Amino acid sequence: MTTTSQKWTVETRTAASTVFAVIAAVAVIAAFAAPLFVSRSMLQDLFFILTMLMLAQNWNLLAGYAGLVSVGQQAFVGAGAYAMFAVVILGGLDPVLALPVAGIFAAALAIPTAFFVFRLDGAYFAIGTWVIAEVFGLLFAQWKALGGGTGTSLPRDATRDMFGVPFVKELFDTKSSAAADIVTYWLALVLALATVGFIYWLLRSKQGIGLASVRDNLQAARSVGVNASRLKLVVYVATAFGTGLLGALIYIQTARISPDAAFSVTDWTAYVIFIVVIGGIGTLEGPFVGVLVFFILQNLFADYGSWYLLILGLIGIVVMLFAPRGLWGLFTDKTGIQLFPIRRRLAGGPLVAHSREDTHG
Amino acid sequence: MIWIDTIIQGILLGGLYALFAAGLSLVFGIMRLVNLAHGDLIVLGAFLILVLVTALGLNPFLATLVAIPLMFALGWGLQLVILNRTLGDDILPPLLVTFGLSIVIQNGLLEGFSADSQRISAGALETASIPLGPVTVGVMPLLTFLSALAVIVALNQLFYRTSLGRAFRATSDDPVTAGLMGIEPNRIFAVATGIAFVVVTIAALYLGTRANFDPTIGPARLIYAFEAVIIGGLGSLWGTLAGGIIIGVAQTVGAAINPEWQILAGHVAFLVVLAVRPRGLFPKGL
Repeated sequence: MTTTSQKWTVETRTAASTVFAVIAAVAVIAAFAAPLFVSRSMLQDLFFILTMLMLAQNWNLLAGYAGLVSVGQQAFVGAGAYAMFAVVILGGLDPVLALPVAGIFAAALAIPTAFFVFRLDGAYFAIGTWVIAEVFGLLFAQWKALGGGTGTSLPRDATRDMFGVPFVKELFDTKSSAAADIVTYWLALVLALATVGFIYWLLRSKQGIGLASVRDNLQAARSVGVNASRLKLVVYVATAFGTGLLGALIYIQTARISPDAAFSVTDWTAYVIFIVVIGGIGTLEGPFVGVLVFFILQNLFADYGSWYLLILGLIGIVVMLFAPRGLWGLFTDKTGIQLFPIRRRLAGGPLVAHSREDTHG
Repeated sequence: MIWIDTIIQGILLGGLYALFAAGLSLVFGIMRLVNLAHGDLIVLGAFLILVLVTALGLNPFLATLVAIPLMFALGWGLQLVILNRTLGDDILPPLLVTFGLSIVIQNGLLEGFSADSQRISAGALETASIPLGPVTVGVMPLLTFLSALAVIVALNQLFYRTSLGRAFRATSDDPVTAGLMGIEPNRIFAVATGIAFVVVTIAALYLGTRANFDPTIGPARLIYAFEAVIIGGLGSLWGTLAGGIIIGVAQTVGAAINPEWQILAGHVAFLVVLAVRPRGLFPKGL
């Protein structure tokens, strides 16, 4: 081997991603400070955006990276929400402490669920998850202690005395209900950072390479020792955890639950699918773009009722047919910019022409 | 005696589910496409028949005959213009496009017809019944079941006795080689979807005359159809009928025990079969 003054390094960072990291850090600080300078209704909008973003990131990991196209994620939103209601109302637990319980409950349900739906291939997997969600909805509707088919509400003092609320109430000198909104918003923000961070870490890890290889060529991936079905199971259970926890958080804010709403395919899966498809499936950036488009469309067309969903469906179809990688995919194709770079590149070292001789040494 | 009656009602209900499932099964068998809008298309068909019945004063059966060519054309066009673009190795495009279609149809119908329950009136037939051995069965449920049998026989004849059926099977096996033999897969797919829409229209007639319907009930029909297909085993139309009957009987028996359990019992039957026989009861390498 000849000696080289510079060493080869493997990098994923790009100039654009470094600039973005700085901007993102500023944005996150601003987002944490948001309760200081935005109105309560805007804070609720931000909460909604953050929760939809997280649902979208979870579904994107599942469908865009692991190839598990689920139409039944509402099963875990509902299960998490019901678990939270159960431990708060029946167990007297603090709603904030109920969040991890809800996540674990949803993840635990995902294991027997996987036993059934993993027997179905591709497209049939999609409908299989939908059946499971229906079954969950029907089963929770039988839970009379939580209101059965008509549902129930969180007791008022549960959120009023929730972890952090008295503190925030004093800090901002505001009412309990407004303080509860601030606490749930901060929780959503922390969770959003954790979700995006976890997914980014996962995709850059060994498991992430495994996932990409399974997606690109299952046979080749298996032949080099990637355990595809175990990877898929891990992703399925992990997203169930995230989705269940989110379901609980959303319903702390909503404070009223019914089986039809908690297991709604439109609210928790259809919107989420459109967000990911329009933004760009299989990219971390896509859900960010998608959720912004979704929020703008909702503000423009929400008064038109079913027209809004109809338009969203049409946009989804057009994007899938003509720009299957979504708006972010179009942007990356034109500019080559990646904000969450995953691709590994060789950097440093001598020029490429010399290196070829080196490798023979 | 009540139990025999319950089971017979369940078997007849199974005929309706087999009708829901036959179109889904046909399209999947030929082009490996799972249409998530299938249930909504059945509801769309029911609204089309309803409009023909109320606007032209037609008898529902006559209205169905008028609706059939319209629905065939719709299916043919849909496949040619949209769905053919989604076919390929990637499962995402067909799933997401048909899911979008499902949302578009549902909300289009909500906008056009509101969320009110509707019903296609079949006149005296609705309440007519005939004694059948120890029990009395409704004429409409019986007609539904017989129609399901007729549709399955007709589809099997079409598949195995005609040149179009041979083209279907050839394209299903290997579209590239079929193309070399002068078959245009895209046109074959369009005809297949058109035929599936004819079955959808027949299913729509019975959906609309037997019970109330509204624009939002499509997804549940898709799920019943899917369960029937999986229970029966992919590629077997008679298996699909058996699957439909199992769901139907499970639902009526469940409802007889506790009305709240009707739908749940059907899903549970499906999950049991999926756990025990993941490839269905009558798998066939179509």
